[in-house]
Amino acid sequence: MAILEVRDLEVYYGVIQAIKGISFEVNEGEIIALIGANGAGKTTTLQTITGLIPAKAGRIVYDGTDITRMPGYKLVSMGIAHVPEGRRVFAEMTVLQNLRMGAYTRKDKAEVEETLKSIYHRFPRLEERKNQPAGTLSGGEQQMLAMGRALMSRPKLMLMDEPSMGLSPIYVNEIFDIIKEIHKSGTTVLLVEQNAKKALSIADKAYVLETGRIVLSGDAREMMDNEQVKKAYLSE
Amino acid sequence: MSFLSYFISGVSLGAVYAIIALGYTMVYGIARMLNFAHGDVIMVGSFIIFTVVSTFGLNPFIGIAAGVLACTLLGVTVERIAYRPLREATSLAVLITAIGVSYFLQNVALLIFGSNAHQFTSVVSLPNLVLAGGNLTISSTAIVTIISCIIIMIALTAFINKTKMGQAMLAVSEDRGAASLMGIDVNKTIAVTFAIGSALAAIAGALLCSAYPSLTPYTGSMPGIKAFTAAVFGGIGSIPGALIGGIVLGVIENLSKAYISSQLSDAIVFAVLIIVLLVRPTGILGRKINEKV
Repeated sequence: MAILEVRDLEVYYGVIQAIKGISFEVNEGEIIALIGANGAGKTTTLQTITGLIPAKAGRIVYDGTDITRMPGYKLVSMGIAHVPEGRRVFAEMTVLQNLRMGAYTRKDKAEVEETLKSIYHRFPRLEERKNQPAGTLSGGEQQMLAMGRALMSRPKLMLMDEPSMGLSPIYVNEIFDIIKEIHKSGTTVLLVEQNAKKALSIADKAYVLETGRIVLSGDAREMMDNEQVKKAYLSE
Repeated sequence: MSFLSYFISGVSLGAVYAIIALGYTMVYGIARMLNFAHGDVIMVGSFIIFTVVSTFGLNPFIGIAAGVLACTLLGVTVERIAYRPLREATSLAVLITAIGVSYFLQNVALLIFGSNAHQFTSVVSLPNLVLAGGNLTISSTAIVTIISCIIIMIALTAFINKTKMGQAMLAVSEDRGAASLMGIDVNKTIAVTFAIGSALAAIAGALLCSAYPSLTPYTGSMPGIKAFTAAVFGGIGSIPGALIGGIVLGVIENLSKAYISSQLSDAIVFAVLIIVLLVRPTGILGRKINEKV
């Protein structure tokens, strides 16, 4: 069953059309990868889903509800979490304060503490640094914090935007292992990545975006063998 | 002794500036706009307190409560009608709108109360404190003002650090987009910020007019500008900065009035601002502001 359905979505920045009518769906329990070059519209797509940018045309349906025009902040309590591009942790707040912001919409105080414990368990470094301002963390640690913060809302669907951007290879592997774990524990993942090789290796299905259009879609593993994809996105 | 007396009344004036400066600094920190109508909210609050206390003859506490309530509503309404539609507009458009709101409030007050000065009855009816065998008199208004300022600072700091809404304010001030991804209603957070700033403006109005009892529709304008100066001086966006900036400014103003020239005191205050901004463009406690693209 599709937990997220995007139909004929069009997004503009002023007069420039960034998304030119894309459609795709994410089924419950899947990892879906959106891959493509810089400027293809991957980030714009995610930001439109979570209401940071308004859609000009098309429909976004989440869990049976049309969320196209819904203010973004309402989506968190519906079960969508978005780990934004560039992490965007609150640099001057401590690690713990950042994590608590992730649980902003939750009212079940006792269970929030349980979630916090499970996040510390998954990311021990965050617990070690819980009283440190987030701005003092390394890039990889900030990425973990951004993910932990998103997990604090106990999302059903997690959107992740370039989680491996700017990280050292060791961290990249770690981050992808974590994404697999998050998925295994029952969260559906919509992943945007420039690192197509890594993204395809963990995804079920993938869509290739080029200048605001989906040019290719299909099974992630098959796509890894696709000559076109190999040439454009998997060359090392 | 006279120095001490000028100094204490300077601290008291500075405490009023600090309370007003909180409104500027919080709104700037969270909504990223300069609300130049903030000074006129003080005036509106003062007129409401004046009406309740002097015209209707009610208790000053009821007057202050009415003033706080009315200013809170005014602040939230102005934000909703005048500023929210401009959330995505250029900062110049918002600035001009704020100046327009300022003139609007002044002229409405002019229509209702006229341009003649009204005599504001002090909300503080305690006896003055006489020390050092009658050589040093501290006005009870000054004491109440300083204590109020301390209480407000402590309460506000606790509110921001301990409550969910306070944390949401911090998050919005750092990154509005990321805050909304946490499920924070950014518009509501900004509205609450305006409500708090405007409520404080009413209290500042009561204290200011108790010390300087002549009330006209332009009463809020100069203290507003000076408090804005204090906010910039201390580092706009910073709450302790508003306190430091306000106190320093009040003391400089009062000491220059006493020892240099009462005509030049405002010029000296603004000259100090210019010098501070030349040396430290972000103010005393200000941080570098990263413009997000």
